[in-house]
Amino acid sequence: MSEQVEQLIRKEYAAGFHTDIESETLPPGLNEDVIRFISAKKNEPEWMLEWRLKAYKIWLTMEEPEWAHVHYPEIDFQSISYFSAPKSYEDRPKSLDEVDPDLIETYNKLGIPLHEQEMLAGVAVDAVFDSVSVVTTYRAKLEEAGVIFCPISEAVHRFPDLVKKYLGSVVPQRDNYYSALNCAVFSDGSFVYIPKGVRCPMELSTYFRINEMNTGQFERTLIIADEGSHVSYLEGCTAPQRDENQLHAAVVELIALDNAEIKYSTVQNWYPGDENGKGGIYNFVTKRGICHTRAKISWTQVETGSAVTWKYPSCILKGDHSIGEFYSVALTNNHQQADTGTKMIHLGKNTKSTIISKGISAGKSQNAYRGLVRMGSSAAGARNYTQCDSLLIGDRCGAHTFPYIESAHPSAIVEHEATTSKVSDDQMFLCQQRGLDPEKAVSMIVNGFCREVFKQLPMEFAVEAGKLLEVSLEGSVG
Amino acid sequence: MLTIKDLCASVEDKEIIRQLSLEVKPGEIHAIMGPNGAGKSTLGNVLSGRPGYEATSGTIDFKGLDLLDMDPEIRAREGLFLAFQYPVEIPGVSNMELLKAAVDARRSHTGQPELSAIDFMKMAREASKAVDLDQSFLKRGVNEGFSGGEKKRNEIMQMMLMEPSLCILDETDSGLDIDALQVVARGVNAMRSPDRSFIVVTHYQRLLDFIVPDYVHVLANGRIVKSGDKSLALELEAKGYSWLEDEVA
Ligand SMILES: Nc1ncnc2c1ncn2[C@@H]1O[C@H](COP(=O)(O)OP(=O)(O)OP(=O)(O)O)[C@@H](O)[C@H]1O
Ligand SMILES: [Mg+2]
Repeated sequence: MSEQVEQLIRKEYAAGFHTDIESETLPPGLNEDVIRFISAKKNEPEWMLEWRLKAYKIWLTMEEPEWAHVHYPEIDFQSISYFSAPKSYEDRPKSLDEVDPDLIETYNKLGIPLHEQEMLAGVAVDAVFDSVSVVTTYRAKLEEAGVIFCPISEAVHRFPDLVKKYLGSVVPQRDNYYSALNCAVFSDGSFVYIPKGVRCPMELSTYFRINEMNTGQFERTLIIADEGSHVSYLEGCTAPQRDENQLHAAVVELIALDNAEIKYSTVQNWYPGDENGKGGIYNFVTKRGICHTRAKISWTQVETGSAVTWKYPSCILKGDHSIGEFYSVALTNNHQQADTGTKMIHLGKNTKSTIISKGISAGKSQNAYRGLVRMGSSAAGARNYTQCDSLLIGDRCGAHTFPYIESAHPSAIVEHEATTSKVSDDQMFLCQQRGLDPEKAVSMIVNGFCREVFKQLPMEFAVEAGKLLEVSLEGSVG
Repeated sequence: MLTIKDLCASVEDKEIIRQLSLEVKPGEIHAIMGPNGAGKSTLGNVLSGRPGYEATSGTIDFKGLDLLDMDPEIRAREGLFLAFQYPVEIPGVSNMELLKAAVDARRSHTGQPELSAIDFMKMAREASKAVDLDQSFLKRGVNEGFSGGEKKRNEIMQMMLMEPSLCILDETDSGLDIDALQVVARGVNAMRSPDRSFIVVTHYQRLLDFIVPDYVHVLANGRIVKSGDKSLALELEAKGYSWLEDEVA
């Protein structure tokens, strides 16, 4: 145990804390000492600690935003514990028999192989399964290409110059309430660097960060694509993820240097709470990318989980001729609430952005699209196309669209189309008359509605996403 | 195949079908004609189990099963097929996808092995050819942007693939040009078999030149007011329906 940590513990004890360092968990509450503790635990260099502390001071001056179309009980930030190490081997379930049968049933419906189920459910597996060798070959291939893909906590030590230069460069510490909090207390996340001119030889997937799966509630991701490089990054998995932490506030920053391209795909399936809206995760995410000259960033997301989602993956189109894309499927069921969309900030000349958003509401859920398209005063010839479709299942749910358009350049063109439709009785009956049961019928109709977005996903992901919708829609008909 | 006895059915508490009885034996073709609003489509909807169409009394036996006791998808899997008067669009869902799911559902219900994607593809291509639809229609969204006639031919293509035992065609001939009419008739005739029956709803005797029915029934005011053979259709063509209403009264 480091000197620093020990000092800290003593200090906490003096302050009335009761901390058992062996338990690797901090009591609830947030103050400077907690941040020092987290930083010390990770053995961080001084500059990293300073950065966190600065963010914390900023956070203290900020207020929680209330403009989103979501309602939830006030979060007591002092009742949250800001550090907990992954569960120890002994504490984990010994086999799948000890895991919640509902969860296993869902895994089976999604067709997830057994050994992956064990991994996802956090089973302490003795025989280190196949995928370890998969991971090894995977890492070797990346290394050969010069691609860096590692936990950000590791990057802080191994690539301090890159981290110092880019961390907070796209999402500044004072950007918003949750991002400021993330800056102060972030747990871990991914770091990616693609060297100049390199086309990353495979899709990078958080899935392969097996040992680092448990990144905690304040995940931090930084992806840098150097000039002329290309990378596709997959985040999340379709299996429902449960977590004891109710609040999740992640930050993702993408940097696409000249002529680089980043494709970022997400499938988010956090526990949404039960049919009555009890439990469930609050997901407040800040995702943003910056495009330099002729660079391209494409966000694709399939959002089915969480009790409350607050998320706007955005692009700053700084370089001339750069391109931003946002393809989104957001499904809410039961009592879920989602307020999601994007921001396209056009600064460079002839920049282009496309927004395709598909919102599906079922049960008593509320689903809002919120999108900003800003054409800056230097964005000559910039163009945006937005298509925003909502689909309602049943009549107790809601769909809302909040488009914001700001144009400061006369030659910029913004097109916006929006539709709202229902899964009609006629469509349902056609499917049933062809032998499909109502649940299959709904999922087929909904999948059809999402087709344009699913097309953007990598192949295997698209198939899984389809199945995921089917499972998420269960109980929405009949 | 199908035995309807004293069927009464209503929509939104309004009685539409009144004491209707009808017997369809295996291999037979029955044509149903009658004025607008008589209840022809309603009969098809009740038979196929569309929600909102409620049988208030009477019985329907379908291949020895109590039809009214079955969910609509089960009726379909048992081999009851309705070609819609107004086929609905399902954007983004390809024809192919719907058809594969439909055929899989029917086959697994009847204990047949699932078709491989390749075999299914082959069957689907043949069916589209038989109704003179280009193969590109298989990939397009269900009825999405199809012309009126294309929608009707698409229904017949679905019918061919589902291999039903009882086919109900609700005005499949309406809106078809003369060539398409022949295509549809050829499709139906090719499917005729001793263990498959058809109920063909139409306003035009012309269709019955191509699809020759064993019986023609006139439905008016929710009742079958007259039954006869093929010649009844010719008589209706010449005289209209009013003489029947007088006769019944
Ligand atoms: N869903 C419904 N809601 C209200 N009324 C209905 C509904 N469906 C049918 N009806 C009524 O039932 C009666 C019979 O309608 P149906 O569609 O069965 O007639 P049809 O014989 O098929 O007529 P057409 O030759 O014009 O197709 C009509 O008066 C119609 O308005
Ligand atoms: Mg009709």
